[in-house]
Amino acid sequence: MKVERDFVPTGSQTVGPYFHVGLVREGSDAGKLVAPGAKGEHIRLAIHVLDAEGAGVPDAMIELWQADSNGKYNHPDDPQDKTPDPAFRGYGRLPTDKNGALAFETVRPGRVPGIDGALQAPHINVHIFSRGILRHVSTRIYFAGDPANADDAILRLVPAARRDTLMARPDPQHPRTWTIAFRLCGEGETVFFDV
Amino acid sequence: MKSFDPIPEGSQPERRYPGYVSTQLRNPRQPLILMPQTLSELTGPVYGHGPIAETDNDLTRQGPGEPQGARIIVSGRVLDQGGKPLSGALVEVWQANAAGRYRHANDNHPAPLDPNFSGAGRTMTDSEGRYRFVSIKPGAYPWRNHYNAWRPAHIHFSLFGTSFLSRMVTQMYFPGDPLIPLDPVLHSISDEKARERLISKFDIETTIPEWALGYRFDIVLRGREATPFENKR
Repeated sequence: MKVERDFVPTGSQTVGPYFHVGLVREGSDAGKLVAPGAKGEHIRLAIHVLDAEGAGVPDAMIELWQADSNGKYNHPDDPQDKTPDPAFRGYGRLPTDKNGALAFETVRPGRVPGIDGALQAPHINVHIFSRGILRHVSTRIYFAGDPANADDAILRLVPAARRDTLMARPDPQHPRTWTIAFRLCGEGETVFFDV
Repeated sequence: MKSFDPIPEGSQPERRYPGYVSTQLRNPRQPLILMPQTLSELTGPVYGHGPIAETDNDLTRQGPGEPQGARIIVSGRVLDQGGKPLSGALVEVWQANAAGRYRHANDNHPAPLDPNFSGAGRTMTDSEGRYRFVSIKPGAYPWRNHYNAWRPAHIHFSLFGTSFLSRMVTQMYFPGDPLIPLDPVLHSISDEKARERLISKFDIETTIPEWALGYRFDIVLRGREATPFENKR
């Protein structure tokens, strides 16, 4: 397929190893999407980023974008007649620690419209950046056990055997904590999307 | 709702570019799964970065004194794929100091830190999509990708457009830098014109007499609403 455009998107380049200088400000609370009083089920979303050898990636950065608990995006192009939760902001950004781990404080999102008017299963949109990643990779987090997963049009695009890589699971050791590992490459590789 | 145009082949880097060794362990081997753009992809953060301070776009005025190095002005426009200027877009930058050293705990390059230079800046585009930073020209620095590997001088840019899909992180280079032809990070982009677009242009118009050299760097983000939602690819 050939696309002729006067304005071609600028080429992506890696964030490199020192992105903290510009993107992780001291005292930033960018890992916290909730303010007191945010509606819905408050969760701690613990994420582990792993490379092809299963080692934690200590210099990755994750960005999240999600709807509030009522399934509303805080964005002018969301046509739904709903008011965004003022105590929730939808966007988060965190660097991994030396073990490749990080955790967001957020809510379980509500369902949002998908293609052909069908609702999507609750999900969180994810970008991953890192040294060694020239063009950020994009994926989604779904919630294991959610009955809506069975009918989700995007999940259906994913071969059944790989859908598990997109599922956050409750941590039996820690109440209200959900965990997911992103395997960037190799065995059990996370599904990444071309959008 | 309309979906965004796909990205032309060759304008973006090869994810597992062999010349950049670290890509091999950190990028998918499986093909990406093509998916339609939904409300989730076509919306994105509008605010949420806190207030921008007056000196955030002037990296020479963030310390007690002036940083070492050649003062520069970097400015340009942020546009979408249809050529429409994007106003209110957040632009974040970070860079090494004039000696090629980042203010970062993991940077052990034996070059001096500059107490007057943090290397971080941010600003929002104006109503015509324009941004402007004052800074100093960053130095080249060594990395361990291959024998005698040096990154050309560059400034990292991070941008938010109108949606999560238009998110962009890139690097701006300087014209005439002899390290550019040797740099695997830039050469991960196969299209020569696309590489050239990452090299800023010296600009006498924004150069200020007796004060600072001007460089121009325009950025194009995904975001043109052209093709119907259902008919994507």
